[in-house]
Amino acid sequence: MAPTPPDDHASDRRNLDWYVDRGMRWIVTVGGVSAIVFIIGIFAFVTREGFPFLFDGFEAGEFFGSPAWRPTSEPNPTYGALALIAGTASVTGLAVLSAVPFSLGAAIYIAEFATGRTREVLKVLVELLAAIPSVVWGFIGLSMMNPLIIAIFDVPVGLNVLNAGLILGLMAAPIMTTIAEDALKAVPDAYREAGEAMGATRWQVTMRVVLPAAKNGLMAAVLLGVGRGFGETMAVLMASGHSINLPTSPFDSVRALTATIAAELGETAVGSEHYQALFTLGMLLFAVTFSINLAADLFVRGVRRG
Amino acid sequence: MADPAAVQTQAFNLWYGTFQALYDVDITVAAGRITSLIGPSGCGKSTLLRSINRITERLGYVRTTGSIEVYGHPIIGPAVSLVQVRKQIGMVFQRPNPLPLSIRENVLFGWKLHNEGPKATRAQEDEIVEQALRTVLLWDETKDRLAHTATGLSLEQQQKLCIARLLPVKPRLLLMDEPCSALDPKGTEAVEELIWTLRGAYTILLVTHNMAQARRASDDCAFMLMGRLVEHRSTNELFVAPEDPRTGDYIEGRYG
Ligand SMILES: Nc1ncnc2c1ncn2[C@@H]1O[C@H](COP(=O)(O)OP(=O)(O)O)[C@@H](O)[C@H]1O
Ligand SMILES: [Mg+2]
Repeated sequence: MAPTPPDDHASDRRNLDWYVDRGMRWIVTVGGVSAIVFIIGIFAFVTREGFPFLFDGFEAGEFFGSPAWRPTSEPNPTYGALALIAGTASVTGLAVLSAVPFSLGAAIYIAEFATGRTREVLKVLVELLAAIPSVVWGFIGLSMMNPLIIAIFDVPVGLNVLNAGLILGLMAAPIMTTIAEDALKAVPDAYREAGEAMGATRWQVTMRVVLPAAKNGLMAAVLLGVGRGFGETMAVLMASGHSINLPTSPFDSVRALTATIAAELGETAVGSEHYQALFTLGMLLFAVTFSINLAADLFVRGVRRG
Repeated sequence: MADPAAVQTQAFNLWYGTFQALYDVDITVAAGRITSLIGPSGCGKSTLLRSINRITERLGYVRTTGSIEVYGHPIIGPAVSLVQVRKQIGMVFQRPNPLPLSIRENVLFGWKLHNEGPKATRAQEDEIVEQALRTVLLWDETKDRLAHTATGLSLEQQQKLCIARLLPVKPRLLLMDEPCSALDPKGTEAVEELIWTLRGAYTILLVTHNMAQARRASDDCAFMLMGRLVEHRSTNELFVAPEDPRTGDYIEGRYG
């Protein structure tokens, strides 16, 4: 009987490894591809549901130019999305304005100044803040911010741009902080050391070296925060007042695109014009958030100016 | 009266946490000369160098005892301004570390930090940039791309730029931690030559693990071993007739 080749066992094991390798690779590939398939599928679905409206009832002038969103008015429903767009834009804009200084400040403190325990505790707190469900934020807007705004500013209602914008700012801040902190962390320590060795204080190093070096990542942090604000539904629905308005002050109630879809879709007949119009709103949201995320991604990859 | 020494340490000890990296170092570095600091890897050369501009303090867990004076002024103590200390001491690192700014802004960085007078005009700044880059023999190569980012330069050029950016604030002492170790032989030669041209105008303390370099490029030489200063004399004497047997062993290559 011929002696067993010494590497027989080894090649057996290689086979097992090989199968495991192939299997895992297959699973991972399916995972990756399915993500793409789902995205395209969702996009196709939204588009298909909204498409007939784009060709039949759609008037771009009315959709983008008129604030009159009256889908249930008989016999002449109108589908002006301007007020909804303005609602979303004003709330998101205020959210960004209020969240950016806090988030950048927190990120700079955590990444550049806090040490040891303080830093760890702060990071956990920021993550906890990110984990609060949006309906809880909406609840805070309704039951705490609302009376507070009425009392402080002496206005009849406290459910308005200010309320929703601040709530949304609080919701976006943890994401912005975390991403901005990552961007600052990614700046090589050799830069800080070089700056300090030349006699710069920590603050000077932060302002003159670290922030410029991290600017793409910081921009991405802000954009992803904006994206978060744009897509948020429940909290905005609860805190914004949900009334159709072209806002002229932070104390006007508004209605957001997302909230409109959430509130109305359940009450429309599938395939009706109203139903299709809501899907068109969805396409608009999808396009905007997609562009924002794409822009953030390009910033992270370090697209240069000009 | 003789010039005060550029650097004088007395009974200087340093700990990283509980690990003691320097033991009772007494070293006097003569002004206006190039002094090389040699010794096997891990003997504390970088640590000693980095104590002299106190950049070691970036690590929260470093503790020291003893004193260091630079040009007769103590640099450790509650009354000392760290910014002023670092203004008169320039440091060059092992890996070239230009800031991710333009070449021009790199040269002006330290100068802008320390300039207390009125804001300089563009022309004055141009002047400063040109002079610094000329001194390090980088002007001709970079004059047409001063606005380009410095990280696009070759390593040799980056290291020269890192020297150039120290000069506008007129430091008296330059600390260099193996400034050529990341460079190829040609770059090493060029930077060594540059260091030699700076001799006299600046006191230079140069860490190197390359003995040929120490021999070529320094007036004085100090040998360290396991956190202690073993011997410090003129380079010629130290290499030709070392006093301490451990120095002899090292320069004959009997330590790693
Ligand atoms: N940041 C640090 N933390 C702890 N120990 C360190 C640190 N830096 C250096 N050391 C230790 O201090 C000793 C001296 O290091 P160093 O000054 O870098 O030596 P050299 O430059 O001569 O190679 C070494 O044993 C090293 O491990
Ligand atoms: Mg070293």
